[in-house]
Amino acid sequence: MNKLAWLLAALFLAIAPHLTHMPLWVGPLCLVLGAWRFSVERRHARLPNKWLLLLLAATATAGVFSHYLTVFGRDAGVALLVVMIAFKLMEMKSLRDTMVVIFLSYFLVITGFLYSQSIPTALYLLLVVLITTVSMIGYSDVKDGLAAQPRLRLAGVLLVQAVPLMLVLFVLFPRVGPLWGLPKDAHTGMTGLSDSMSPGAISQLISSEAVAFRVDFDGPPPQRGGRYWRGPVLWDFDGRTWSTHRPLDDAPAQFTPQSAALHYTVTLEAHDQRWLFALELPVTLPPGSRAGSDFQILAQAPVRQRLRYSLASHTQYRFGLELGEKERQRALRLPAGGNVRSIELARSWRDTLKSPHAIVNQALAMFRDDTFFYTLNPPLLGQQAVDDFLFNTRRGFCEHYASSFVFLMRAAGVPARVVTGYQGGEINPLGDYLIVRQSDAHAWAEVWLAQQGWVRVDPTAAVSPARIESGIAAALPNTELPFALAQLDPTWLKRARLSWDLLNNNWNQWVLGYGQERQSRFLSRFHAMLASWQGMAVAMVTSVAALLLLIALWMLWHAPQRGKDPVRAAYLTFCSRLAHRGIARLPQEGPADFALRAMRLRPDLAAQIDLITQLYISLRYGGQRGDAGELKRAVRRFRP
Amino acid sequence: MTQKLIQQTIDQVSRIVLGKDRQIRLALACLLARGHLLIEDLPGVGKTTLAHVLAKTLGLDFQRIQFTSDLLPADILGVSVYDRDSAGFKFHPGPVFTQMILADEINRATPKAQSALLEAMEEHQVTVEGETRPLPHPFFVIATQNPTFQIGTFPLPESQLDRFLMRIELGYPDAKAERALLQGKARRELLAGVQPALQPQELEALQRSASAVFASEALLDYIQALLAFTRHSPRYLNGLSPRAALALLHAARAWALIGGRDAVLPEDVQAILPAVAGHRLHGSGEFSGESSAALIAHLLAAVPVP
Repeated sequence: MNKLAWLLAALFLAIAPHLTHMPLWVGPLCLVLGAWRFSVERRHARLPNKWLLLLLAATATAGVFSHYLTVFGRDAGVALLVVMIAFKLMEMKSLRDTMVVIFLSYFLVITGFLYSQSIPTALYLLLVVLITTVSMIGYSDVKDGLAAQPRLRLAGVLLVQAVPLMLVLFVLFPRVGPLWGLPKDAHTGMTGLSDSMSPGAISQLISSEAVAFRVDFDGPPPQRGGRYWRGPVLWDFDGRTWSTHRPLDDAPAQFTPQSAALHYTVTLEAHDQRWLFALELPVTLPPGSRAGSDFQILAQAPVRQRLRYSLASHTQYRFGLELGEKERQRALRLPAGGNVRSIELARSWRDTLKSPHAIVNQALAMFRDDTFFYTLNPPLLGQQAVDDFLFNTRRGFCEHYASSFVFLMRAAGVPARVVTGYQGGEINPLGDYLIVRQSDAHAWAEVWLAQQGWVRVDPTAAVSPARIESGIAAALPNTELPFALAQLDPTWLKRARLSWDLLNNNWNQWVLGYGQERQSRFLSRFHAMLASWQGMAVAMVTSVAALLLLIALWMLWHAPQRGKDPVRAAYLTFCSRLAHRGIARLPQEGPADFALRAMRLRPDLAAQIDLITQLYISLRYGGQRGDAGELKRAVRRFRP
Repeated sequence: MTQKLIQQTIDQVSRIVLGKDRQIRLALACLLARGHLLIEDLPGVGKTTLAHVLAKTLGLDFQRIQFTSDLLPADILGVSVYDRDSAGFKFHPGPVFTQMILADEINRATPKAQSALLEAMEEHQVTVEGETRPLPHPFFVIATQNPTFQIGTFPLPESQLDRFLMRIELGYPDAKAERALLQGKARRELLAGVQPALQPQELEALQRSASAVFASEALLDYIQALLAFTRHSPRYLNGLSPRAALALLHAARAWALIGGRDAVLPEDVQAILPAVAGHRLHGSGEFSGESSAALIAHLLAAVPVP
C-alpha cells in the first residue's frame, strides 16, 4: 500500500512536467488509472480484464495518434510513453511487472530533459529519481523491514554512490552524431526574433526574460549606446509587415573600420533560425557561416543547440559607399497604394529640403518634438498602418518608429532598410560577461547617404533616449512594465538574479556545452587516442570497470571491519595465514569448527591452532575483557 | 560434577535409544532450557521410547496421553465430580498434573483438545471451572506427531508450534544400531529397569547452570544477523520472532553446557538452529515447497559468523 503510494508519487512527479505539452486528456487519464490502481490495492479487488485493458490502451494510442498524426518523435513519443505507463499500472501483478514500471519511470525522467536542460529541471528530476529509487527499495524490501526514513536514506546513499559512475559516463560517453541529439520536433516554441516584423512583433518579445545570448568580451565592453547586435535585415514592406523575401547572396560588402577591433565570444541560445548575432560590424565570421552585403550573418543550418563563436567587430565604421542599382531600387520600393498622407509629407520634405541628411534630421526632429510616445501597449493600427501611426495614434514601440521612419525615407527618395536585432544588454559584474535577453530585442533603421554609405539611424532614440542609454526598463513607465522587468528590484534581488545567471552560464558552458567538439578537444589533451569515439568508448568501459573494481575492493576491505577490534583483527590475520596454506575459513564457519578442520588437515600445527583458537574464543565469546596481547603474540609466532 | 551428571544421563538414555546421540543431546538441551519438545516422525522409530526413557532418567513423574480425535479437554485437565461424602464437587485432576507429559500423536486430536494442553504449556497452570490451579514443577511436555501428510491429522497451527522450543526428527537408525536393536532385549524390559540418573534438585541445578552460560556481544551479533536475514530475505514467508530469538539463545546456552563450555559459541547456535528454527520458518513464493532443512541450510550458509 505504502509502496504503491511511493510509486504513484514518483510516476506523477515524472509525468507532471509533461502535462503542459501533452493532449489535455492525458493528465486526467493518468489520474483516473492511478486512483483505480490505488483502490484495487486497497480493497483487494481484481485487476481489470485484459481484453478491456487492450481496448482502452488501443483507444488511447489512437487518441495520441489523432492528436499528433504520428506516434514517433519527441512529443508523440512522450505522450504515448506516459499513456502506456499509466496502463501498465493496471496489469502490474508480479514483482517483475512492478520493476518494469519503475524502470519506465526512470526512462520517463530522461524524457524530461528533451524539453528543458536547465538547473531547476535537473534538480527537480533528481528529486524524482530519488523518489523512484525509494519506491524501488520499497518493492525490493518484500518483508517491509525498512520504514520510510531508512528507505529514503538508503536511496540517497545509492545515488551518492552512483556519482563517480555518472561523472565517468558524462566525460567519456562518446557524443556520436545521430545518436547524440534531440528528435527533430524538439525545437518548436523557441522564442527569438523572427524573419519578419509587423507592429507588435517585438513588443511581444519584450515580456520574455529568456536569455538570447551571452557575450564574453576579451577587453572592456563598449558603452551601452554602442551595443547594437545586428540580426535580420529587412528590405521588403507590404504596407504592414517588413520581411526579406529573397536574401542577398552577393559577396560581403567591404567596410572601413574607424575604431579598434573588439574581440569577444558569443554563446547563442538555440532559436531555431539560421541567423547569428554580431556587434555592428564584424570583421570575422563564425566558421561555416556567411554574410550578405547587408551583413546579415547566416549559419548553415538553424541553430538548434547552444552555439559558441568568437568574433571581432569594429563599432565605428563606414560601409557600402557604392550602392548597386538593384539594391538602390529595392531600398526605395514602397507598396503600391495606401498611406497617402505619409507619402505626401515625405514628398514635401524632399521638395523643400536640400540634402538627404536634412531629410533624416527632419524626420527625427518630428519624432522628438511632436507628441510621440514610447509605449509597450500601443493602440491597434488600422489598414493604413503608417498613416494611422504618424497622424492618429502616435504611440508606438521601436518597430513602429523604425518601420514608419524607413517608410518616410523611401517616400522621400532616401534608400533605407530596417535592421532588427538586440540593443544593449546587462553586464553581469559577478562573471564579467554581458547578458542579452529577449527583452533587449530592438529594431532600427539604416539609410544610405552619398559619401557616408549605410548609416545607422535609430528613431527610437529620438523618441526615448533612455531606451538606448539605460535600457528598456528605464524607458517605459513603471505601470507598463511586464512583471519580470519591474523596477522594484532591490539590490539584493538584482544581485541574486545576476548570480543565478552566472550559475546558468557556467552550467551552459561546462555541462550542456560539453558536446562532441568540446569533448574531443578536452580529452585529446590527455591522450591522442581519446580524440576518436572508439578511443572514448574503450576508455569509458575501462574506467567503469576500474571504478566498479575499486568499489568492490573497498567493500571487501570494510566487510570484516578490520582494525576495529584487536582480537578480531588478530584472529583474521591467523585465518588469512591459514588461507595462504590452502585452509580457508568459510564465512559461516565458527572458530571451533574451523580449528577442528584445520587441525585435521595440518596435524603438525595442531597445538598452535588450538592455542590461538582457545585464546580467541575466550576473549571474544568467553567474556574475558581486555588483554589481547597473548593472542597477538601467538598469532605473530604462527607461521605455517 | 555437572559434566558427570550430564554424561551419565546421556549414556543411560542412549543405552535404550540406540544410535540417536545427537537427538538425545538436543532433547536434553531442550529440557535444560526449560522448553517443550516436539518429536516429529513416522510411527515406530522410537518417539515414545525416547520420551519415556528421558522421563525416567530425569526422575520425573510421568503421564502419557494418547491423543485421539475424540479426546476432550476434560480428559487432559481433569473434571469436578459430585462427592456424596463432602456434599460438594471434588476436582479430580487430569493427567496434565504431572512433571512430564508425553502427548502422543498430538495432531490426531481436534484443535480444541490440543489447545487445552498448549495453554497449560505456556502458562504453567490450568484454569478449570473458574479455578486456576498451578502445575507441578518442573513441567515438561514432550509431544510426538506424525508427519502432516498422513490422513486423519489436525496440523498444529503456527502459533501453537511456536510454543515448542524445539522440533526434532528421529529418522531411521543406522544399520549398526538397528542390528543392536534386533539382537538386544525388548525395549520395554529395559525401560522397566531404568533408574533415575538425576535427583530433582540436581535437574534444577543443571537448568540454572544452563541459563548462566555466558553469551558475548559477538554471539548476540551473530544471532541478530541470523534473525535479520530471515526477516529481509524474500526466501522466508515470515522472519523469526523475538520469541524465537530467545529460544535460540536459551537452547544454545543449554547446548554449550552439554558440550562442557561456560560460554556460547557460534557453533552452538548452528547446532541447535535446525531444531529451534526449523518449525518456525516457511518458504515464500518460489521457495514455498522447500523443506525446512533446506531453508535452514540456506540460512546458515548465507550468514557469516561475525
